[in-house]
Amino acid sequence: MSEDRNEMPEPEVDTRRREIAGVLTGEFQSPSPDQVLENVLENVLLFLTSRRDRNAVSLVCKSWYRAEALTRSDLFIGNCYAVSPRRAIERFRRVRSVVLKGKPRFADFNLMPPNWGAYFTPWVTAMATSYPWLEKVYLKRMFVTDRDLELLAQSFPAFKELVLVCCDGFGTSGLAGIASKCRQLRVLDLIEDEVADDEVDWISCFPESGTCLESLIFDCIECPINFEALERLVARSPSLRKLRLNRYVSIGQLYRLMIRAPQLTHLGSGSFSSSDIVAQGDQEPDYISAFAACRSLVCLSGFREIIPDYLPAIYPVCANLTSLNFSYANINTEQLKSVICHCHKLQIFWVLDSVCDEGLQAVAATCKELRELRVFPIDAREDSEGPVSEVGLQAISEGCRKLQSILYFCQRMTNAAVIAMSKNCSDLVVFRLCIMGRHRPDHITGEPMDEGFGAIVMNCKKLTRLAISGLLTDKAFSYIGKYGKLVRTLSVAFAGDSDMGLKYVLEGCPKLQKLEIRDSPFGDAALRSGLHHYYNMRFLWMSSCRLSRQGCEEIARAMPGLVVEVIRNENEEDKDGFEILYMYRSLERPRIDAPEFVTIL
Amino acid sequence: MENKVIYEKDLNLEATELRLGLPGTKKPEKQAPPSLKTSNKRALPDMNEESGSGNNSSVSDDGKSDRETAPAPKAQVVGWPPVRSFRKSCFQPKKTEAEEGRVYLKVSMDGAPYLRKIDLKVYKGYPELLKALEEMFKFSVGQYSEREGYNGSEYAPTYEDKDGDWMLVGDVPWDMFISSCKRLRIMKGSEARGLGCFL
Repeated sequence: MSEDRNEMPEPEVDTRRREIAGVLTGEFQSPSPDQVLENVLENVLLFLTSRRDRNAVSLVCKSWYRAEALTRSDLFIGNCYAVSPRRAIERFRRVRSVVLKGKPRFADFNLMPPNWGAYFTPWVTAMATSYPWLEKVYLKRMFVTDRDLELLAQSFPAFKELVLVCCDGFGTSGLAGIASKCRQLRVLDLIEDEVADDEVDWISCFPESGTCLESLIFDCIECPINFEALERLVARSPSLRKLRLNRYVSIGQLYRLMIRAPQLTHLGSGSFSSSDIVAQGDQEPDYISAFAACRSLVCLSGFREIIPDYLPAIYPVCANLTSLNFSYANINTEQLKSVICHCHKLQIFWVLDSVCDEGLQAVAATCKELRELRVFPIDAREDSEGPVSEVGLQAISEGCRKLQSILYFCQRMTNAAVIAMSKNCSDLVVFRLCIMGRHRPDHITGEPMDEGFGAIVMNCKKLTRLAISGLLTDKAFSYIGKYGKLVRTLSVAFAGDSDMGLKYVLEGCPKLQKLEIRDSPFGDAALRSGLHHYYNMRFLWMSSCRLSRQGCEEIARAMPGLVVEVIRNENEEDKDGFEILYMYRSLERPRIDAPEFVTIL
Repeated sequence: MENKVIYEKDLNLEATELRLGLPGTKKPEKQAPPSLKTSNKRALPDMNEESGSGNNSSVSDDGKSDRETAPAPKAQVVGWPPVRSFRKSCFQPKKTEAEEGRVYLKVSMDGAPYLRKIDLKVYKGYPELLKALEEMFKFSVGQYSEREGYNGSEYAPTYEDKDGDWMLVGDVPWDMFISSCKRLRIMKGSEARGLGCFL
């Protein structure tokens, strides 16, 4: 049924007015069939939560578009510059939760000069007046100021959840505002943010009369907190289930918190060391009992400055753990083995390569339910020792058959191990291998790593995210283009021989949404080969490749719906030279908040 | 004899070559890496040298492209490996603090709108430190004496030590001071007088 509502002005408002008028005067007019259908649709759509489904619904016809827009309560904006706050708010009027993502991921590695953008201010300003019932805000890689947080705290009386991931621009004074004014706050999660130390005791700012806090995560805050205030806060937060402490909380302090909150399900253990030297004969608290009392604990992290002698304290909870994050814990193979042998239910495991291949073999032997593994380098340099290698990867592939996601940093790798993983772990959705030495081949055969990554895209039929490294020729890209039909995110560094590499990917991967490339020999011709696809992508990042300004200008001319940014190194004197091409689709005109080193073509 | 002929044709010097590799491993050949873009100013000098030849033949026909990794530790490329700087720095300071010897401390001054940071290791002793503080905050400390503290100034330089106590700068030997000082505060007026400073 196609409906053209252009003849009837604001039909739903008129109908409702008529209904009300009818009720008041006693002449009730039944709503029109169209209106009934729209009402029914709205009620049905309330149950639809997936944004992809909702996007599909909104394309059916105008009335469905309207009904969907009225019933969407979770707004997801993957690129804050793809749409303006005003446009988003005009379409979706009854939003309760907002997800906003800003800077591209490579900005995390200092590849983007600071002050590039992604400001939260225009969003919070617009939402403050339009979304009075806003409950949740989730921001990733955005620049958030203390004033933004203050405005947020003042404007939304029902505000419940604030999650900030990889954000910066604010400090403890902004947190104080949130703590004191958001009376319904259930979740305050600060994950990998840069938080300025304004020397404000924000922990003391939570309501004195008890809180509804369910989750408090602040392990990224690099300044001390008022521990006594935290202890009191935990005591008056009976709903608290997730608590992640920063490294300024000692193990003795951790103990005091744990005995007050045995109901915790997620615990970030702070420094896991003592601030003072404990002399012989001093009475240390019974850490083991404290852990044993936490019968619901399933997720453990922290260990920021771990003294391995304390590790046995966590034995009582190991059997129940589904998630264990040792990625800040400098422990060796034996120390890991003593813990991991109990962790039969583990699904998520993050660890440092200090545990060596043998440690990973122990993981493979016990953790049969493992879904996600991340192995980080303790010495993140190109020429460091590299205690893990293909041996660890092979072991994991053989022991952890249910693996879905892996991030693996190493110095040595072989095609054989990667191929083995592709065959053993057919459920892989995310495969990110970082061979830290640039252009490193298979260290046993001397071959490029083409065959290994080729096997991954060929055999792992569910693969959506891929990061490649090591010595790679255009052949690797031809494999990705040929087999990587579901790949949405691809990260490339120091790889490929010629434009063909990029062409294979742009022509072969229909689902590609996020492509980030650095230091690879792809030029203007390759860039042109993606014209048919760029409107389907969230963004393309290319830095230190073989692009020219004219090449980028061509793209900008050909595709008016793309914002094409060329970003200079701040020291760059040549105004035409640039380091980075960052381009993304957008419904708006190019942003006006770009700094001087950004040129929008 | 056949064997002799073959022997003479192919001296097979490689087999008799003395080298340090394991028997059976092929000698790595130095080859230029795929030549990278020209405008990476963040690349290192050694990278630019290698890529000068513009030679794309790192993938030769037989597919065997051995490269000798540089024997000396490479200086680091920006943003590589892709580990967030927070993680990288977590494990380095423990090692390098002793080598580099940087001890950054906050310095506050009563009445000043914002704090400063200084690197204690830059100074060799109290006179240098005090002079730097005087210049930074535009004040003067007066004369130090063990009995009377700082004479002739309404300011007193103090520091917070490991136990959380506020101490007068200058009482303990310099090395002990460096290792126990957590932050500095330049006190003013009546508070300063309490530390033995007489106007």
